[in-house]
Amino acid sequence: MTQIFERPAAMGLLARAEPLRLAALFPDLPAHTRLRGPEIGAVMVRGRQGGTGAPFNLGEMTVTRCTVRLAEGPVGHAHVQGRNTEHALRAAVLDALLQTDRAAALTRSVLALLAAEETTRREARARKAAATRVEFFTMVRGEDA
Amino acid sequence: MYVAVKGGERAIDNAHAFLAEERRGDPAIPELTVAQIRAQMALAVNRVMAEGSLYDPDLAALAIKQSRGDLIEAIFLIRAYRTTLPRLGCSRPIDTGRMAAVRRVSATYKDLPGGQVLGPTFDYTHRLIDFALAAEGTAAQAPLASAPLGPVPRVTGFLDREGLIEDEPASEATPRDLTREPMELPADRALRLQALTRGDEGFILSLAYSSQRGYGRTHPFVGELRIGEVAVELDIPELGFAVEIGAITVTECETVNQFTGSRTQPPQFTRGYGLVFGQTERKAISMSLVDRALRWDELGEDNTGAPVQDQEFVLMHADNIQATGFLEHIKLPHYVDFQSELELVRRLRAGQQGAAE
Repeated sequence: MTQIFERPAAMGLLARAEPLRLAALFPDLPAHTRLRGPEIGAVMVRGRQGGTGAPFNLGEMTVTRCTVRLAEGPVGHAHVQGRNTEHALRAAVLDALLQTDRAAALTRSVLALLAAEETTRREARARKAAATRVEFFTMVRGEDA
Repeated sequence: MYVAVKGGERAIDNAHAFLAEERRGDPAIPELTVAQIRAQMALAVNRVMAEGSLYDPDLAALAIKQSRGDLIEAIFLIRAYRTTLPRLGCSRPIDTGRMAAVRRVSATYKDLPGGQVLGPTFDYTHRLIDFALAAEGTAAQAPLASAPLGPVPRVTGFLDREGLIEDEPASEATPRDLTREPMELPADRALRLQALTRGDEGFILSLAYSSQRGYGRTHPFVGELRIGEVAVELDIPELGFAVEIGAITVTECETVNQFTGSRTQPPQFTRGYGLVFGQTERKAISMSLVDRALRWDELGEDNTGAPVQDQEFVLMHADNIQATGFLEHIKLPHYVDFQSELELVRRLRAGQQGAAE
């Protein structure tokens, strides 16, 4: 069964991918024109007062963005955390390719693998956390015995 | 007064070369890599990101290397770099309720949904120097539970459902940004939280401690402390939808504070809030205490004149880069100022001695 990734989900996976891993999965970029960037900038990250209330500015994070057009027409975008311009470029090219008839093949060879690896990584961390959960027990006191 | 002077170029160049040599230290010892600092000095990296107000672990690790481990100098480097970056947008507010928590504890409920999850904490360690770490090649492995920790519910949510804690109404108001406009006092809570989260950890800690010792006390309980990764979503105008551009680790602390009520509000618990980049627990707890203390006016409490209740005192002195800049400038040449004071003191002494004779 082939997994389906909507465009926002696919862009998120490409953005969160480890740059070297993404380059290993998809080393050679097809012909493309750079419409914007890759360009390094900052995004102001917001939080909420009390976790759920009105927004406030927490601080910035570095982000690299890039927009490309493929020879056959589709335009691809990427906004990726960090300052790796190659990562942003590769993610933008992939975003464009995912709008072409290569989408199904790339979903199998790139997106599905990234998603599976991310799930494994997150689950391992969540299992380590779960192992530190306190199991309380109550000592039986004399008068209760 | 400052006077432009020439000279000293060679001394400055040589001083920089000397600094570079001292930074490297004994060349017989292997040089630190940025990746090593990022991985093994992670809490220093977190502090530099939080107070530098820029989330980028590689950059923070590089700044620590460049500053020879002087974290305030590293924060200064990050702040300076930050000013060179174009602002690409503002994220949607992060949803800490969906955090992939690695640590989550509550001091108000023992048994709570999701449980007490200790995570990678120094708590319960003996605080004895571990000489085993002096030997290389130690690789520890954390045990894995059979099931992963899922999302954990918010502790203040339990109190909220009973109406026992003040409401925290959601809004989509655009918060003011102290990096874009000078801070004006009185500052609203959003602006105060921004100033506190990037403020100096030591200063915020001391203020929080002063409030615990009685200078503006607020009777806090740590309702919940959680550390973990949250997604950052950005609306992309060209696309018309939001995309996850990455994930950051944050520490969130919510305090629950005693409140006897006022003319307008029934007795209920009130909130203090701390949210800081990285695993930065001491800072997040301190921030939530200071946040709560600064809310005395909106909650109709008395101003006891405690430093922690004084917005101007807190907000204008929390930034260690501003403080360092002003403090350290006094070591720069003040030859002319000092000459004039020297003249003045000599003249006054001469006048006094003249009068005495």
